[in-house]
Amino acid sequence: MVTTLLAMRISPVRVGAVIGRNVGALRSGPSYWLVLVSGFFEPLLYLLSIGVGVGALVGEVPLDADRMVPYAVFVAPAMLAVSAMSGALSETTFNFFFKMKYMKTFEAVLATPVRPMEIAFGELVWALVRGSLYTGVFLGVMVALGLAAPWWALAAFPVTILVGLAFGAAGMAISTLMRGWQDFDLLSTGQFALFLFSGTFSPVADYPGVLQVVVWATPLYQSVELVRGVVLGDLGWGLLVHAGYLVVMAVAGLVFAARRLERLLLP
Amino acid sequence: MKRFGDFTAVDGIDVSVAPGEAFGFLGPNGAGKSSTMRMIACVSMPTAGELRILGKDPAVHGSEIRARLGVCPQLDNLDPDLSVRENLTTYARYFGLSRQEARRRAEELLEFAQLTEKAASQVEPLSGGMKRRLTIARAMVNDPDLVLLDEPTTGLDPQARHLLWERLFRLKQEGKTLVLTTHYMDEAEQLCDRLVVMDGGRIVAEGSPRALIERYSTAEVVELRFGVLRPADLVGKLEGVGERVDPLPDRILVYTGDGDAAVAEVHRRGLAPSSVLVRRSSLEDVFLHLTGRRLVD
Ligand SMILES: Nc1ncnc2c1ncn2[C@@H]1O[C@H](COP(=O)(O)OP(=O)(O)O)[C@@H](O)[C@H]1O
Ligand SMILES: [Mg+2]
Repeated sequence: MVTTLLAMRISPVRVGAVIGRNVGALRSGPSYWLVLVSGFFEPLLYLLSIGVGVGALVGEVPLDADRMVPYAVFVAPAMLAVSAMSGALSETTFNFFFKMKYMKTFEAVLATPVRPMEIAFGELVWALVRGSLYTGVFLGVMVALGLAAPWWALAAFPVTILVGLAFGAAGMAISTLMRGWQDFDLLSTGQFALFLFSGTFSPVADYPGVLQVVVWATPLYQSVELVRGVVLGDLGWGLLVHAGYLVVMAVAGLVFAARRLERLLLP
Repeated sequence: MKRFGDFTAVDGIDVSVAPGEAFGFLGPNGAGKSSTMRMIACVSMPTAGELRILGKDPAVHGSEIRARLGVCPQLDNLDPDLSVRENLTTYARYFGLSRQEARRRAEELLEFAQLTEKAASQVEPLSGGMKRRLTIARAMVNDPDLVLLDEPTTGLDPQARHLLWERLFRLKQEGKTLVLTTHYMDEAEQLCDRLVVMDGGRIVAEGSPRALIERYSTAEVVELRFGVLRPADLVGKLEGVGERVDPLPDRILVYTGDGDAAVAEVHRRGLAPSSVLVRRSSLEDVFLHLTGRRLVD
C-alpha cells in the first residue's frame, strides 16, 4: 500500500488536508447536516415499510436452493448496500460536482502542491467516512431489530466500505463527465432503477433469463449479493467474484476521475 | 506559447524575471495575461516553448514548484464553506504545514490583511477589497519565493486599491519576487520595476515604466477638447505643435516635452479649446502609441 502510494507520488499529508477541508465545511452550518441525516433515513424507511411491513404479508423467501429466510432478513442487507451506495454517491456526485464546477474549490487547491490524484483520493476517503457512518448506524439498527447476528454485522462493516469505495469512485468519474444539473436527473433515475432491480426486494432468480444477465452485470447487484452473503453468514467463493468486481470498479473509477480532473482543471 | 484548439492565446513571448524583482504584464482584456500567469503558476502547460519556474520544469516538477509559489488568481476562489480564518488554515494544510503552524501563520496573515476582526466571519459577506486581501493573504501562507498576482485590484474602489497597493508594496520591500498583471497604468507604474506590454498574445514593448515612457512618449501630454468641433478636422491646424498630435474621438492629445509652451502655441495659432489639461505622460500613452488603441474603455 505504502509503496503504491509512493509510486503515484501521493502524499498522505496532502490527502489529509483535502479531507480536512470537508471536515471544516461541516462546521459551516446546518444545511449540510440536514442532507447528511436525510440520506441516512431513506434506506431505513424502506427497510421498515417494505422489509417489515410488506414482509408481514410475504412471509419467507428462498435465499438459495436450500435456505428460506424471513422477508425482512432478505431485504435488510440490500438496504444496507443501498445505504453504502447512496452515502458515497451523494458525496462524490452532488457535492463533488458543486465543489468542482461552482465553488472552484479544486481550482484553488490545485494552485498548491496538491495533485489531482490527491484530490480524488481525499474526496473518496471523505465519501467513505460519510458512507460508513450510514452503514455503521444501519448495522446497529439491523442488530437491534434481530435482522443480523452481531458478529456477522461486524464482518459486514468493512464490506460496506468496499461498496462505498466502488460507488464513490464511479460517482466521481461520472461527475467529471457531467455537463450540468440536468444530468443529475439521469443519474438519480439510474440510481433508482438499480435500487429497485438489483435483487433488493425479490430474488433475481425470479427474473426472466435475459434480465438476470443484465442485472448480474450491475454494481448494486454485486454489492447486494456480497453484503447479503456476509450478513447472513452464507459464505462461498462467489463472494470473492463480487468483491473482485467492486475492487476493479473502484480502481477504474479513481484513475479515470483523476485523469479527467487533470484535463478539466489544468487545461 | 499557449493554444486553445485553433486559437492562440499566447503567441511566443520571451521574458525572464530576476529574484526580488517586481515584474508586470500590462495589457488590455484578452491580451493573454491570465493564460501566461496560469502557465507560470504550473496549472496550465505551454503548448510549445520552454518554461522554467524557479529554475525547474513545470512539466516534471509542477508540485514542487507550486509549493514555493503564492498565487492570487484573477477571480477570487475563496472557500465559501469556510470562515475567513479557516480559509487560511486549510490552505496552509495543503502546503503541508502542521495544524499549529497553520494557526500561527493564519493569525499573522489576518493581521497583514487587516482582517483580524473578521476572522470568524464567513467569506460571503466580505467586501470586494476584503476578499481580495484575504486571497492575497492566502497566497502568502507558504511564505512563497514568487508571488503571482493576476489583476490584483480590478473592480475595487480607489480606497480599497490604495490599501492593497500599500500591502503589495510591503511585500516588495520584504524582497519578494512579484509578478503581476494589470490593465491599469497607475498600478503598473506604482508597483513594477520592469514590465512588458502585451497585446494579442505578443509582447509589444519591454522596460521600466519610466524607460517605456521616455522611449515611446514624451515628458508631458496636453489634452485639448474643442466642444462640438471634430478632433480629426483640427489636426492639420495643430501640426508642429509638440512632437506628435493624436486625435481621439473626444479630444486631441499633443505629445510634447513642454506642456505650457505647447498650450501657448495653440493659443498663438488662434485656436480656442474648450478645455486644456497638461499632465505627465503615462503608460496609457505608451500603450496608445504602440497599439493605436486604449487600454480600458
Ligand atoms: N480555457 C480557454 N479556452 C479557450 N480560450 C481561452 C481559454 N482561456 C483563455 N482563452 C482565450 O485566450 C485569450 C486570452 O485570454 P486571457 O489570457 O484570459 O487574457 P487576459 O487575462 O489578458 O484578459 C482570450 O481571447 C480568451 O478568450
Ligand atoms: Mg485575465
